[in-house]
Amino acid sequence: MADIRQIKRRIKGAQSVAKITRAMEMIATSKMRRAQERGLAGRPYTEKIHQVIADLAATLSETEAVTHPLLQRRPINKIAIVLITPDRGLCGGLIGNINRLTNSFIQEKNIPTSLICVGRKGLDYMRRYGRDIRAEFTWMGDRPGFLDTLPISRIILDDYTNGTIDAVYVAYSRFVSVLAQKPVVEEILPVEPPASSAGLKTDFLYEPDAKSVLSGLLPRFVEIQIYHAILEAIASEQSARMVAMRNATENAGELIDDLTLMYNKARQESITKELLDITGGVEAMSR
Amino acid sequence: MPETIKLDIVTADRLVYSEDVDAIVAPGIEGELGILPHHTTLMTMLQAGELRVRKAGEETAMAISGGFLEVRPDRVVVLADSAEREAEIDLARAEEAKRRAQERLRHPAPGIDMARAEAALHRSVARLKVAEKRRRRRLGA
Repeated sequence: MADIRQIKRRIKGAQSVAKITRAMEMIATSKMRRAQERGLAGRPYTEKIHQVIADLAATLSETEAVTHPLLQRRPINKIAIVLITPDRGLCGGLIGNINRLTNSFIQEKNIPTSLICVGRKGLDYMRRYGRDIRAEFTWMGDRPGFLDTLPISRIILDDYTNGTIDAVYVAYSRFVSVLAQKPVVEEILPVEPPASSAGLKTDFLYEPDAKSVLSGLLPRFVEIQIYHAILEAIASEQSARMVAMRNATENAGELIDDLTLMYNKARQESITKELLDITGGVEAMSR
Repeated sequence: MPETIKLDIVTADRLVYSEDVDAIVAPGIEGELGILPHHTTLMTMLQAGELRVRKAGEETAMAISGGFLEVRPDRVVVLADSAEREAEIDLARAEEAKRRAQERLRHPAPGIDMARAEAALHRSVARLKVAEKRRRRRLGA
């Protein structure tokens, strides 16, 4: 027979775990909502910069566009990957998925790769594999501003411009829905100019000139992509955590039910035994 | 009815302004430029400064710190690095930022990026200018 007191202790334990996971679920829910809102708030800028670059690419002659360093495709000798992961665990398979995908991507490419790790989980993982880590950004918080992400873009833009690396990818968890996050690796450098949607072939007047405007816009474009990848990664992290914590709370509830049943059975058993003892004692005395 | 032009001002974090306006005066890289409806298509870089918008006789000012401006046939798009409406400017903070930037420029120390300090100075001056104007108008009224 299971010890009654032991069962009671396990029930209490499961109850306090459920309390914590429920709180974590609620926190993750509100953080997720905020991250989604921020993602939406930045969308107009992204749309507009796409449009402007498309206009620009359409008006620039082929040669002019190709000569810009950020647009130029050159033989690839070394690449860099910006790996965006959470700082904290307890979010289901999210971290494992993105890390594994990135690792197999590196193996497949088989080109010297340096990593810029945003978030501790990716950093720890890649360290264990002995990968070349160019820079690390940890504990950026749940709501980094655009300015906070600029140092990351700075590194890749500098390395790319001075020829240390020939292509840059960004690896992050894309937010598909609250229940689904998809790990992806996307190329962000060299820049692939978006296709002009509306065949806007009017001649633009440039100040100071087309080349300078393009040189100013392209780095912005890269920065905004990094910023967005980070926002999406945060929304993914929070929704994954929310789901994981909801499951944990449910599991704890089931465990509590099972244990309560066991506890009641054990209690009844001990009462029956005590009654038997008493009636046995009474009978013995009456003899 | 006088003609208007659609103006969108966006930053990386948010949509700051989106309305039909009568006229725009923006701090272009080669000097201030005014934009009225039917302006020719244009793409320019902006410097830190004051962007003024006129709508139905009312003038609104915003402090922006660099960016791009595109005039398309149908609308004007401002991609600003940062943009603040006059009511949002923290006067004390701008004042402090200006003082700090001036200090850095006066005593160049190793490890301080002069270009950045200068840009910071321009930004804070632009903010102060916009905020100052609003204060004066309030006092006058």
